[in-house]
Amino acid sequence: MGLLSKKDGVLITDPLADNNPITIQVLGICSALAITAELKASLVMGIAVLFVLGIGNVVISLMRNIIPSKIRIIVQLIVVAALVIIVDQVLKAFAYELSKTLSVFVGLIITNCIIMGRFEAFALGNGPWRSFLDGIGNALGYAVILVIVGFFRELFGSGTLFGIPVLGDAIEKTGVYSIGYENNGFMLMPPMALIIVGLIIWVQRSRNKDLIED
Amino acid sequence: MAINTDKNSYTIIFAIAMVVVVGSLLAFTASSLKSTIAANEEKEKQQNILYALGVNENGESDIVFVGTDKVEEIFATTIKEQLVLEVKDGQIVKQSTRQEYKDANNGQEPYLIDIKKQQTLAKEGKARKLPLFVGEQNGETVYVAPIRGKGLWDAIWGYVALDKNMVVKGTFFDHAGETPGLGANIKQRYFMDDFYGERLLTENGVFKGITVAKGNNDPKNEIKDDYEVDALAGATITGDGVSAMIKADLKLYLPYFNNLKNKN
Repeated sequence: MGLLSKKDGVLITDPLADNNPITIQVLGICSALAITAELKASLVMGIAVLFVLGIGNVVISLMRNIIPSKIRIIVQLIVVAALVIIVDQVLKAFAYELSKTLSVFVGLIITNCIIMGRFEAFALGNGPWRSFLDGIGNALGYAVILVIVGFFRELFGSGTLFGIPVLGDAIEKTGVYSIGYENNGFMLMPPMALIIVGLIIWVQRSRNKDLIED
Repeated sequence: MAINTDKNSYTIIFAIAMVVVVGSLLAFTASSLKSTIAANEEKEKQQNILYALGVNENGESDIVFVGTDKVEEIFATTIKEQLVLEVKDGQIVKQSTRQEYKDANNGQEPYLIDIKKQQTLAKEGKARKLPLFVGEQNGETVYVAPIRGKGLWDAIWGYVALDKNMVVKGTFFDHAGETPGLGANIKQRYFMDDFYGERLLTENGVFKGITVAKGNNDPKNEIKDDYEVDALAGATITGDGVSAMIKADLKLYLPYFNNLKNKN
């Protein structure tokens, strides 16, 4: 990372693995369960959170010295909600198709605990540039897990990826379906997302023993 | 920092300032974009109605509306008439053409009638306005009716194209906030296409509706007279919402189609 000093680079790389918001901090689980039944939705949600968390962290960081500590959570909520609504309105006016795709996620972004968590834990105590990097890093870490979970759920639940059939036609019985394979409808249910996240946590901690808490 | 951010007076002043700033920012954004957004929504309604009628630019399995640059022109030439029926207690009390409706309502187009508002009026026991868009499909007159109901999280709505015997000739469904990958799939081609050819009326002309049914009775949807389409996995409540809105809203059009039959 030529652009970033080593200390800053860690802010981006750490949340991708050893300090992942979902698997280590266990934040943002709710949306990880709700929208990962298909890969496209996972990706869109990841990008949306990237924007909101990157910008939101900078805004909160700039305001950090004037926010009264008694009402800081409310202030954070207002900042996220306002940001998301403004983006939504602008998209509705100038990129209507895209806004239709995103509409479902608006409410989920505002309530995503990763956003509040990073505001509270990082942006309130650090400068705008470092906060921006932290926001981007955590959003990427979140997106990576979402995409992994979305990949497995869509592949085994619907036999498609990005809506494109990859295992053959389930109704016409072609491809792998011709030898008796069936889509697992249970993969489409939210509990399976939790189980996949659990498996990821298991793999991650067995590769890096330092992550195991006593 | 010089400011003592723990003081009560500071907290209150900060809260007030924040509300004023954010409030006016949101109000400014909303009002300055209002007309652009409204224009987009009108075009979308036209695209949806045309889609139900079968006028679209679909490929193999995707959903492509007619382009926003030409939708107004196509809508004006394809939709021959926009009728407005006023229904009370299952009877049509008034029927107006597009021109009559526009003259009586400051030039408002019938396709912009707010279905949600009309449903509330009906609940209060007042007459409900039902728009009906008349077009053509393969040389046959087809009628497109809007429907609206509740999904799991939020509103769901759609347009259903019917021929004179109330056989479905096309549908379009949309939703405000159903779960992506589950309930949101009512907006997928494979679900909407299943409705084509399904009947709403029994042999004797009694309204039966279409049920989104679990049980995998007819996954390829080859049986067209079972009043059922195959449900979506993991989306029971959204599917039930679709069945309910078809039954509740399309039934109101029954007197119009009965009149149509009696005329011939």
